[in-house]
Amino acid sequence: MPTTAFLTDSTLCIGCKACEVACKEYNQVPADGYEFSGRSYDNTVHLGHSTWRHVAFVEMDTALGAGGNAGEQISWSFVSDVCKHCEHAGCLEACPTGSIVRTELATVYVQPDICNGCGYCVVGCPFGVIDRRPDDGRAFKCTFCYDRQRDGEQPACAKACPTQSILFGEIDELRARADERVAALHARGMRDAVLYDPRETSVGGIHAMFIVRGDPAAYNLPPQPEVPTIYLRDGWRSAAVAAIAAVAGTALAFVARRQLGEGDGSRSRARLTS
Amino acid sequence: MTATYYDVPLLKPPVWTWEVPLYFFVGGAAGGAAIIGSLADWTGTDGTLARDARWIAAAGGPLSAALLTADLGRPERFLNMLRVFKPQSAMSVGSWTLTAFSASSTAAALPPLSAVAGPVSAALGAGMLTYTGVLIGATAIPVWNENVSLLPVHFAASGMGSAAALLTLFGHDEPAVNDIALAAAAVETLIGAAIERRETPAMAPLREGPSGWIIRTGGVLSGPVPLLLRTASRRRSWRTAASVAALAGSLLTRLGWIAAGRASARKKP
Repeated sequence: MPTTAFLTDSTLCIGCKACEVACKEYNQVPADGYEFSGRSYDNTVHLGHSTWRHVAFVEMDTALGAGGNAGEQISWSFVSDVCKHCEHAGCLEACPTGSIVRTELATVYVQPDICNGCGYCVVGCPFGVIDRRPDDGRAFKCTFCYDRQRDGEQPACAKACPTQSILFGEIDELRARADERVAALHARGMRDAVLYDPRETSVGGIHAMFIVRGDPAAYNLPPQPEVPTIYLRDGWRSAAVAAIAAVAGTALAFVARRQLGEGDGSRSRARLTS
Repeated sequence: MTATYYDVPLLKPPVWTWEVPLYFFVGGAAGGAAIIGSLADWTGTDGTLARDARWIAAAGGPLSAALLTADLGRPERFLNMLRVFKPQSAMSVGSWTLTAFSASSTAAALPPLSAVAGPVSAALGAGMLTYTGVLIGATAIPVWNENVSLLPVHFAASGMGSAAALLTLFGHDEPAVNDIALAAAAVETLIGAAIERRETPAMAPLREGPSGWIIRTGGVLSGPVPLLLRTASRRRSWRTAASVAALAGSLLTRLGWIAAGRASARKKP
């Protein structure tokens, strides 16, 4: 099976949120309330248990090729955020039930019939994507439309995107297209266009890449995401030292005190005064 | 000044409620008690100490399992924890450790089985003491992963201190129990000082806000207070006070670390 991926291009996104709607509709994800955030035109705010696509509205100084007809206006940059389907996925490594699996498409999928809602994946995700749905008790995130892909269809968000900002395809092909696109944008004067795909970190690259302008952190894409399994070695080493120290220390206390007590030949001496 | 997205936190806060920190406390004390019970038996110390310690472990093991189950979003699926064994998941290692510990500590409290089950429960108790530190340390939460090497030692000292405190409250005045309580309090004091000295941004929730207050109060109650009370006087009432302080401190420490994790995740990126 091919390794499939998303390439989400902020320079083509018009902020219509069709991807958010298509995802909710197709996957029958519950509504997440009517809350006015006051943050540009973004009332979705972040990904979560019931939000698997989120269009970020980033306001920046007017820049070439991204709106802004007059100097005093801001230019808008939109990008549709989604689960990154990491090469080394923190949620998948953390999952104690085996509910979260790597599919034959190399996507990261939560099996809802297995998940027992332990919540460990929530703190395992370096992107803050997966979350436990309070009224359901299980953890949810983007499925990469596993069922649609199995039927040869593209994911609902990519299908609904009217500007081809969300590209879906084979990962190596998309990486090549991303490089071409960034080079083309640079040639057109958009020197701040970058590909977000943290391959040099312990996450080892993502299967949902982004082309953004400026600092990816402005889109809530972390500069240095790390898969938490990198902390295990230090943790278990320390745990082994602590466990041995606790057992050896306790043994030492009993052995030493017994010898002191036996020296006196009296059991009552081996007690503190009361 | 790095760019942010309207200061929206990047990470999701832990979803765990009060059951998980309470489980860390109970599991740590039970693990420590299993070690004390088994070694007291092995060295031939007064038989009632071994018996009482084993009963604490036997009560704490299943109670820990119940607390962890209660915190699940789908408690009826607890057994799914035992579908697979994943060494790379501290939650998986911990679930197996807890299950085996519950069974062995219960068996160890029954005299015909204690000779075999006792040492097993002590070995697993050492795991119960420490694995929770790895559990929260190996996560994306900055204040937790920054302290991944400190946490297992911290939680081990806290658990041994609680076990010794409980036994003191049960009327055990064996000097070895006092030694264990003193050593645990000394380690907790050093760890408290180490936390205060490290001033990286990720450490802020351990010193600031409500989580900082819980951590500090817990640290003082489980470190310097029992250390001073147990060294200052040999009166039983002072040891009782030291034990109450150590238990309260251990519970607050666990609550504080979870609260700090929540605060750490909510900090703007």
